[in-house]
Amino acid sequence: MRRLLAYARNTWRTLTSMGTALVLLFLLALGAIPGALLPQRSLNEFKVEQYIAEHPTIGPWLDRLQAFEVFSSFWFTAIYVLLFISLVGCLTPRLIEHARSLRATPVAAPRNLSRLPKHHTAEVSGGADAVAAVVSDHLRGWRRTARKDGEVTEISAEKGYLREFGNIVFHFSLLGLLVAVAAGKLFGYEGNVIVIADSGPGFCSASPAAFDSFRAGNTVDGTSLYPICLRVNDFHAHYLPSGQATSFSADIDYQAGSDLNTDSWRPYRLKVNEPLRVGGDRVYLQGHGYAPTFTVTFPDRQTRTQTLQFRPEDQITLLSSGAMRFDPPGGSYPDPDERRKNQIAIQGLFAPTEQLQGTLLSSSFPALNNPAVAVDIYKGDTGLDTGLPQSLFSLDPKLIDQKRLTKKARVNLRAGQETRLDDGTVVRFDNAVPFINVQVSHDPAQVWVLVFALTMMAGLLVSLVVRRRRVWVRLTPAGPGTVSVELGGLARTDNSGWGDEFDRLARRLLADVPGAPAVRREGHMNTQREAKADRA
Amino acid sequence: MNTEHVGIGLARFSDWAFTSSVVVLVAALLLLAVELAYSRGRKVESRELVGAATAATFGSGAATAATFGSGAATAATFGSGATVGADSATPGVVAAEPTRPLDERVGKAGLALVYVGIGFLLACIVLRGLATTRVPWGNMYEFINLTCFSGLIAAAVMLRRPQYRALWVFVLVPVLILLTVSGRWLYTNAAPVMPALQSYWLPIHVSVVSLGSGVFLVAGVASILFLLKMSPLGAPDTEGALTRIVARLPDAQTLDRIAYRTTIFAFPVFGFGVIFGAIWAEEAWGRYWGWDPKETVSFIAWVSYAAYLHARSTAGWRDKKAAWINVVGFVAMVFNLFFINLVTVGLHSYAGVG
Repeated sequence: MRRLLAYARNTWRTLTSMGTALVLLFLLALGAIPGALLPQRSLNEFKVEQYIAEHPTIGPWLDRLQAFEVFSSFWFTAIYVLLFISLVGCLTPRLIEHARSLRATPVAAPRNLSRLPKHHTAEVSGGADAVAAVVSDHLRGWRRTARKDGEVTEISAEKGYLREFGNIVFHFSLLGLLVAVAAGKLFGYEGNVIVIADSGPGFCSASPAAFDSFRAGNTVDGTSLYPICLRVNDFHAHYLPSGQATSFSADIDYQAGSDLNTDSWRPYRLKVNEPLRVGGDRVYLQGHGYAPTFTVTFPDRQTRTQTLQFRPEDQITLLSSGAMRFDPPGGSYPDPDERRKNQIAIQGLFAPTEQLQGTLLSSSFPALNNPAVAVDIYKGDTGLDTGLPQSLFSLDPKLIDQKRLTKKARVNLRAGQETRLDDGTVVRFDNAVPFINVQVSHDPAQVWVLVFALTMMAGLLVSLVVRRRRVWVRLTPAGPGTVSVELGGLARTDNSGWGDEFDRLARRLLADVPGAPAVRREGHMNTQREAKADRA
Repeated sequence: MNTEHVGIGLARFSDWAFTSSVVVLVAALLLLAVELAYSRGRKVESRELVGAATAATFGSGAATAATFGSGAATAATFGSGATVGADSATPGVVAAEPTRPLDERVGKAGLALVYVGIGFLLACIVLRGLATTRVPWGNMYEFINLTCFSGLIAAAVMLRRPQYRALWVFVLVPVLILLTVSGRWLYTNAAPVMPALQSYWLPIHVSVVSLGSGVFLVAGVASILFLLKMSPLGAPDTEGALTRIVARLPDAQTLDRIAYRTTIFAFPVFGFGVIFGAIWAEEAWGRYWGWDPKETVSFIAWVSYAAYLHARSTAGWRDKKAAWINVVGFVAMVFNLFFINLVTVGLHSYAGVG
């Protein structure tokens, strides 16, 4: 039992030692490297799959080691949890020690001040008490105490307590930062949704189902999302002639809180870098693209119109690809089976500014200057009734292979142009409208992350700027009307520059003492520097 | 192409200033390297004494160099240098030296050219800003220029004492490599920035990060030289050309102090840079931290420098191990600058060559 205790104590001591903390810091840096070099699931799921497919030997192993989710992996978590335990174990005794030292009086002077690396002696005229008062007065701002031992007066002074305070604040702020980040991850959520800029119905963030993609912390079950409704009236983008964008903005109306009951809408201009902040949540403009509108006129003259987002394939020119599926109007076929076999599907490319090489469509500019599409038109079963999920942006190639969808035409269409299929169906490309990608984010703890980051930096600055210094002054009467002054000093941190600092201090301490000789300086380095300073 | 909102004339002047800066800095590097390679082994004291008094003449030397080129500059500096003996604080120590050794004159001319080069780089940055009417750090080219400028300023402050002149060679080498890469491969026409960068955080975040990176560069150089000095090459009784050069560097303690002082300055600056970046990311990307490659490597660099500061106050880690950690931090910064922006694809990619 005792051995077990000893073992535990030793383990604890090792864990909280500085050497271990250094090794853990090093491991933390090392562990983060794969997070920068390998694709990460949290950033791009698709790239991870691609990487695993391209590296069949090493990929699955890396996956098993959670190298694609480094920052939530067991080993990365282990490193930082150990580091923080080590930090608490190291800092708590220091905190107690610091609290104690704040109440303690500065330590008594060592017997022989001349043994200190920096010391100074002088003979001054005046009474010991008067000199002591002057010196003590010059040490204002230092924690100081005077001890009298017979004839001899000793002044001990210490400063720089804030350094340790800053140090402790810095480290405990790191702990606070970690807790705040973890709380944000537990209680926060974010969702993305595409909204077409046609003043249409928009969307409400009341349920995860309203989003195209939704990521949430473990405590979020989706039942108590903060409801924000918004609709997009218009989207503006400005481009340089080179195609580089210079501004994006979306005119939106939103309602949240009590507006939802009165159904009143508030306008807002949503921009990149200018999110809408409402009720502690944030709404961002994250991206944009185009949603073409097609109208299909079925052989019985009935029409169906659809506007659906295409996925931008080229971020500069906004050449986009996508697919659309049209159901024939009810009643045009007596049999639901027959009706399903006569669905119309469109798949192809959309260019906001048409550029043709023969019939090959590409886009020359991201603005909606000369919209055009190059599409394949299919007839048959789009497969939506099967219940199997399909990509929004492409048709299921299996349906085409199985001839359940057959290609009826391949056409290039400009806005307003139409094409007629064999059976009399007319497909018209009407035009396109922009859509925007909206993100709604909720993180109740992020303000605390900021607070702790700032206290962390404040503590760091204090601990780097403040220096710990100790000085002792011993005053011994050396005859009638004269006092022998001994000064000694110790730099407890930041030794560099302490020599000059002590000399300046010694001069200052004896500045108003009558009959004090100038402080001698030691070492030629100092002489040089002083000489230079004097000349300047 | 991007003629809108851009002062073409000013942008061209900026490009000329960039080229001039590189040319002048290369000349400076050559002169300083000549001094480093050929200077006779003088005693440290005498070098110090002579140097302290001449420090004041550098300003005028720089000014002349701008007008007459390097040859004239050397001559000009030496005119005033002759007064050294007179204003030395400790007469009797200085042996009256009517003419300076040639290598020292060459070194001083080199240093004067360094200041001229810094001036040109500043002109390049300022003119870019005026040409585009935005802060001149909106892409990789401009960012690297600003970082080099910060590094040069940090070096000018840290190495202002004449006995540190030899260190300039080792600062100029990485700076010139960076400038060459930025001018040759990363050059971007003066243009407005994309919407994601149109934020008041651009001036704040990028300039602070750039300042921190530039100062870390000086720290990294000092640590590498410290390690050289501590290595067998720095031992006094070995022979060889490299050894002679290492012997001319300031002593290990000085190098260590330069590394430490620059690091404790840059560490909080870079920390604030990352925090400002996080605040901006919350505004632009919807989250304050998302382990984007750039964020990740910044985190690695920051942790490395934190480890350096801890190592400095831990027995058994103080000297060489600490210096190695500082070099690791420096490598992380360089890696962050190039690899992350040019090879991987992340949210910071627009700062690249696109």
